[in-house]
Order: sequence, then C-alpha cells, then structure tokens
Amino acid sequence: MQDSPCVTLALPFHYNPYNHDSDPMIQVQNLRKVFGSKVAVDDVSFTVEKGQVLGFLGPNGAGKSTSMRMVTGYFRPTAGSIKIGGIDMLEEPELAKRSIGYLPENAPLYSDMTVASFLGFCAEMRGLNGAAKAKAIDRVLDLCFLHKVRNQSVDTLSKGYRHRTCFAQSIIHDPEVLILDEPTDGLDPNQKHEIRNLIKHMGETKAIIFSTHILEEVEAACTRAMIIDRGKVVADGTPAQLKKLVPGCNTLDEVFRSITRSDLEK
Amino acid sequence: MKNRDLANTMAIFKREFLSYFNSPVLYVIVVIFLLAAMGFAFFFGRFLDSDNASLTQAFFFWHPWIYIVLAPAVGMRMWSEEHRLGTFELLMTMPLSPWQAIIGKFVASALVWAIGLALTFSIVITVCWLGDPDPGPIMTGYAASYLYALGCLAVTSAASAYTRSQVVCFIVSVALCILLTLIGYPGIVDTVVRTLPGSLESVVRFVSYLSFMDHFYEMSKGILVIRDVLYFVSVIVIALVVTNMGLRSKRA
Repeated sequence: MQDSPCVTLALPFHYNPYNHDSDPMIQVQNLRKVFGSKVAVDDVSFTVEKGQVLGFLGPNGAGKSTSMRMVTGYFRPTAGSIKIGGIDMLEEPELAKRSIGYLPENAPLYSDMTVASFLGFCAEMRGLNGAAKAKAIDRVLDLCFLHKVRNQSVDTLSKGYRHRTCFAQSIIHDPEVLILDEPTDGLDPNQKHEIRNLIKHMGETKAIIFSTHILEEVEAACTRAMIIDRGKVVADGTPAQLKKLVPGCNTLDEVFRSITRSDLEK
Repeated sequence: MKNRDLANTMAIFKREFLSYFNSPVLYVIVVIFLLAAMGFAFFFGRFLDSDNASLTQAFFFWHPWIYIVLAPAVGMRMWSEEHRLGTFELLMTMPLSPWQAIIGKFVASALVWAIGLALTFSIVITVCWLGDPDPGPIMTGYAASYLYALGCLAVTSAASAYTRSQVVCFIVSVALCILLTLIGYPGIVDTVVRTLPGSLESVVRFVSYLSFMDHFYEMSKGILVIRDVLYFVSVIVIALVVTNMGLRSKRA
C-alpha cells in the first residue's frame, strides 16, 4: 500500500486587521481521536479567524464529523488541544461552549415540541429569557424563513424545515463560532442557495467551519478549504489554490478525486 | 455562576416535565397505576373486610410490585429517547454540565410520580370516613412508597443512559428493580437462610439489607428511620452517578 499523497500547502498566517492582538477564534492543535484500534482523526491542526469560512471536504468516514464533534466539545479527543476564543475546551467546556453554535449531522430535534417551543428551550439553555428570548426567536425565525411553521409540531415538518429549525437553533444566541455539519444536506436547490448565502453573510463577522460533499459549495461560500482523508489533512488552502494543486486537474472535483481514495479501493 | 447552574437545570426540568404531558404514555400509566393500587387494595388486600383503619397491609404493601413495572415505563424515555433522536449530541454541546441535565430530568420524572401518587388521596379520605386512622403510618407509608418509586426511577435513569432503545431500557430496569426487591423479600430470605448452612446467614442478611424491600417495610409500618431514608437517597445518588458514567461512555 502506498502512502497517502500529502500535498499540504503552507498557508501564510492570515493577517486580520480586526483582532490581530487576540487569539484566533478557533485554534486546534494536533487533534487525534482513536476509537478502539481505529484512528479516526490523526494529527489535525488548524486555526480559524473571525471573518473566515473554513470548508471541510472529504469522503464519507474521513473524520470530518468526528473532528467537528471534538471541536464542539461532544467527543473528548485522545490527544491534542482545542481553544475557542482563547478558552480551552477541555479545561473549561461550559465556558468555551457558550460562544459556539452547532448544527449536528441529520439535524436532531425534540419531536414532541413545536418549532417555537424548541427554539425557546434552546434560547433558555443559552441564558436568554423573557424579552431577549422572544426577540432571539423572532430573529432566527426571520433569518431561516420559519414563520410559516412557527407553531407546527417538529414531528410534522418536511426535511427542509427540520434542517432549518436546527440551523436556527445554532444561531439563536448569535455565536462568534459556528460549526455546521453538512448544513445543506437534503435541501432543495433553492434552500441550498439560501443557506449558502446565509453562511457567506454570517462568515463576514463569525468564524465558521462547515463540512460538505458538494464541491461547488466550497467555491461559493468558503474563504478556505481543507480536504481530509482517513483522518489526515491532505490539502489546505483557498479554493483557488486547491484547484491548482494537482497538475492537469482544472476543477475541485478532479483534485478531490485525485488526492482522496474512495472506500471502494482496498 | 450559581444562578446559571440553576437556570440550566430548570430549563431541562421544564422541557422534560412538559414533554411527559405531551405524550399519551403518561396518562395511560397513571390510570393503570390508580387502577392497580386501588384494585389490589380492595380485592387482594381485602381493605374493607379487614376492618382495620390502617393502610399499611392493604394499600402500601402492594406498591413495590406496581412500581417494579410502572416506574421503568415512566422513566424509560429519559435518556434513551435523547440517544435515539440524536438530541443528546445537541444537549451536550450546549453550555451545561451533564449533572445539570441528569438532575433536571430526574426531578421532572420524580414530580410526575408525585402527581400520580397524590391522586390516590381518595383512599385516605375513605379510611378517614370509615374509621379513625393513625395519621403517622399513613404519612410514613406515603414517604416509603414515594422513595421506593424514586429508587426505581433512578435505576431506570441509569439503564436508559446506556441504550437508545426504550424497550431494552424497560426490560433491563424491570429486571434490576425485581432483583432489588426480591433479595429482601421476607419469604425468600427465610427460605434461603434455612437452606444454606447457618454460618452463611449473616451474608444472606447483609445482601437482603441492600434490597429496597427491607427498608420499605420498616417505613411503611410507621417507623420513619433516618437510616432507611438515607438508604434510598444513596441508591438514588449511586444510580445517578452510574447514569453520568453511561452518558460519558457515549461520548468517548
């Protein structure tokens, strides 16, 4: 078996005029996660500044979701460190989690609640009460086009609405860091377009990581992209840089297929 | 900081408590509980024939057997539903400690059970109407019965932390509750003591001392001993610690 073709680009440190003297919003160093004997994530490091949108690319089972789950504090890493706005996720998880909004894969929701009561619960968990809570709910209902289903039970929602309800939950406290696991999965083209624009718009003021299988999404919404394969970062750069990574490849799709291996191969 | 902890626990409690009333399961269970508690008291316990203005033998005596089945039925969705829906991941990435969630959920189920148990008040009215009961044993009886239910609920909470299937959680918790009840059941303990050599009697007595039953009987007879209350409190604490371990293992 040959070695993984590692073609990591050395990315110059992004100079950000707004917060050059503070810590980067997301700082991940040498992250590693082992399940039993399987290494799911191996030595992944990256930083994301405010105003950056980082796209996670990679085949299924490459370790994208596992990495995100560690950054959000759901999984405990086997080794490595995670800092959110300078606060260590492993030492002060409750404090670090406050500035994160997270959309898990498959958009889980409490099926016995209505959209508004679910968002109300999430707002309370984020320390919003009374008028601030009502305002936050109205704001995200607007942003995610959910007014029509406001009092509908989550159980009866279509997939697109379910997804947007969970997305609304992730931005209810206007977090500085957003982590979105396949935010456009299962949406129709119109909804995809809306969510992409929303990510792009919010990316101007927040630090965002999102994972996706759709390569044009990366070009449309990301300022930077990382390709992960079998737990390792195999490419890292702006979408334009990634496109030129492999000689003879002109699209992200070709680059992606030449540097990651499908799980059909041995 | 303290306020924030309490606010988180309250938010979890509120959601959980209201969700019990959103599902038909709770109403069915409360009705079955009331039918069983009254049915056992009047038909098997021969409450009216016994001509005795005490609830110990006719009424509270049957509660452990009802709780063995019904407390797991109330508590089985506590964590397994979170695992099944995937909302567990959402909850654990919110700024709260697992303990706040565990306590919030447990207190919600405990309050639900308090409502169910309070609805048996009619038998107290009946016994006061027909006779002149001693209020002490009735109060300790209710306390014993409620603590028994909380013990079963805490065991269910622990089982539900480990599985995403409510059915598995229900079966495992019923089995655990039966075990914790039977190892102290006087008939069984006496038989075991008679069968085993005399030198092992202290071991058997010790094991039976760990059962729910041993502590329930003392209290339901009207003797509220701090020791027995502490026993149930420590069962609840241990079960909730096991719940925490189960939740942690799901995130490893």
